[in-house]
Amino acid sequence: MKIYISMDSAAKALGADQVAAGMAAEIAARGLHAEIIRTGSRGMIWLEPLVEIDRGQGREAFGPVSPADVAALLAGTMAGHGPTETIPFLAKQTRLTFARCGVTDPLSLDDYTAHGGLLGLRRALGLSRAEIVAEVTASGLRGRGGAGFPTGIKWNTVLGAQADQKYIVCNADEGDSGTFADRMIMEGDPFCLIEGMVIAGLGVGATKGYVYLRSEYPDAIAVMNAAVDIAREAGVLGADVLGAGQAFDMEIRVGAGAYVCGEETSLLNSLEGKRGVVRAKPPLPALEGFMGKPTVVNNVISLATVPVVFEKGAAHYAAFGLGRSKGTIPIQIAGNVAHGGLFETAFGMPLGVLIDEIAGGTATGRPVKAVQIGGPLGAYFPRSKFDTPFGYEEFDGQGGLIGHAGIVVFDDTADMLGMARFAMEFCAIESCGKCTPCRIGAVRGVETIDRIAQGDGAAVAVLTDLCETMKDGSLCALGGFTPFPVMSALTHFPDDFATRKEAAE
Amino acid sequence: MTRATHPETAEMQAIIDRHLGMEGPLLPMFHALQAEYGYVPAAALPLLADTLNLTVAEVHGVKSFYHDFRDHPAGRHILKICRAEACQAMGANDMSARVLERLGIDWHGTTPDGDVTVEPVYCLGLCACGPAAMVDGRVVGRANSDRLLAEVGA
Repeated sequence: MKIYISMDSAAKALGADQVAAGMAAEIAARGLHAEIIRTGSRGMIWLEPLVEIDRGQGREAFGPVSPADVAALLAGTMAGHGPTETIPFLAKQTRLTFARCGVTDPLSLDDYTAHGGLLGLRRALGLSRAEIVAEVTASGLRGRGGAGFPTGIKWNTVLGAQADQKYIVCNADEGDSGTFADRMIMEGDPFCLIEGMVIAGLGVGATKGYVYLRSEYPDAIAVMNAAVDIAREAGVLGADVLGAGQAFDMEIRVGAGAYVCGEETSLLNSLEGKRGVVRAKPPLPALEGFMGKPTVVNNVISLATVPVVFEKGAAHYAAFGLGRSKGTIPIQIAGNVAHGGLFETAFGMPLGVLIDEIAGGTATGRPVKAVQIGGPLGAYFPRSKFDTPFGYEEFDGQGGLIGHAGIVVFDDTADMLGMARFAMEFCAIESCGKCTPCRIGAVRGVETIDRIAQGDGAAVAVLTDLCETMKDGSLCALGGFTPFPVMSALTHFPDDFATRKEAAE
Repeated sequence: MTRATHPETAEMQAIIDRHLGMEGPLLPMFHALQAEYGYVPAAALPLLADTLNLTVAEVHGVKSFYHDFRDHPAGRHILKICRAEACQAMGANDMSARVLERLGIDWHGTTPDGDVTVEPVYCLGLCACGPAAMVDGRVVGRANSDRLLAEVGA
């Protein structure tokens, strides 16, 4: 009998370690022949701690499991969800990037290769640099961090740059609320990210990589460090990658709690040991990045998707999706939600289907009032926009952005003026201070929203004008996109702003 | 557990020197110092400046930019509570207000007995099981004020 329990930090936060310990004790007490394997998470967070049991007929899912359930579970008297793969939330997904996450032991390289790992890298080792970059371009893969810039074009710029040293920098500073895909893949399938970075290095001629990983993710830091050691020991990293005569090695670097370091130029400054202040572009990081050298800066999910592009071919990947949003996107459904978690699907699924059908509405059972898509810089969408298909251009056309594909659900008790104020407050706390619209504008934004709350209707025009200034005048997305949540709250939920005014009068 | 003692110069220099081979070593040096002492001692700044050929002002500028680096020891327990949107959707504001009221401190404050420091954090990546918190590096999902207070022994 094999027993699978997640070691993902969301599972741990809900008691997975206690369940695993109880399970081990019960197995010993009963003298059972059973092996406990810690995996990543399947992404069905409402079922965590999820326990899967394979009695020789495939994995069956049980959850959420508490330590008190362990005896009944082993005795076979606890009701479950049937075969894991048939749970609708999983069965409806197209898992390409997250194919192994929740299935394998994250730190077993044998498990990784037994499930298709390193096939992409082995194929890339037989290709020229230009062919590698062309494959990524053909896949249509776009930056999953939020900007959606075509990954192949970025790689091509670095490939064409002449320098004695080039770098691959993985942006693992996943600070957006409502997003946890980076964390899940780093904790659940770390070799996938490593393989993607090695392929990137081969493609552009970079021999050194860094993962800039936020300090708020201690579990991911531990898993990634262990995985890099294992990969180096096995020759996946080092002076002679898989014996093919090419070098690539990498390090994990830890951030220090600054949200703005998720912006690529700020991240590079931080990595160099400086204040995480945004740099003006140009020069592009692709030409003058880390230490002034040509640098690929890609999000975790972009890089972790590269192996499957090479394993299955660019055409296979590009066949999924909608319009210019090709492939799959790991959507994270969070906040006040009944069935929250990670749902990887081809681009194009309407927002309302994701929220009402896939995620089952709110956890509190109350009506959905608003959803924020794309983190703290993303717009709040009301129900009237729920037919928007999930894609870069489609969300842009509705005055929003998909960002890192996190959806935060709010029920009808949400105070949208309060959320708009928080957006400005957050921008003020996290501003790097380099440009005035962001540094000063965010502070004035909080004050102006407070005036609206106190009944000053004239302040609405001031807030609107301020948001225009921040949008047009800020150097990066922090100041430039904070107006998205603020203005969408004001536009779509005017009652939350008006009632305060009337109450004050 | 970290030590909040008066750090020795030679010991701090040894910690700094362990990172000399790195590209961009300053943040790893800060992290290592804070891991050892629980904060970045002021006496380490001139050592860092000398080692990296920077001014003390530059080193201070980097340290003070980042929320993580403390200039004084924290309480025996560090409670980080997520203030971000997904946790707010699950009642994080009320929860943190109750915790802070019971402890009689504000954000970033430490209880007078030195037992508990409460810090805000903007997302722990536990957004589908909020409100979320972290107690001495351990993650807590679907938190409530009673449980968090019990976790820090208050």
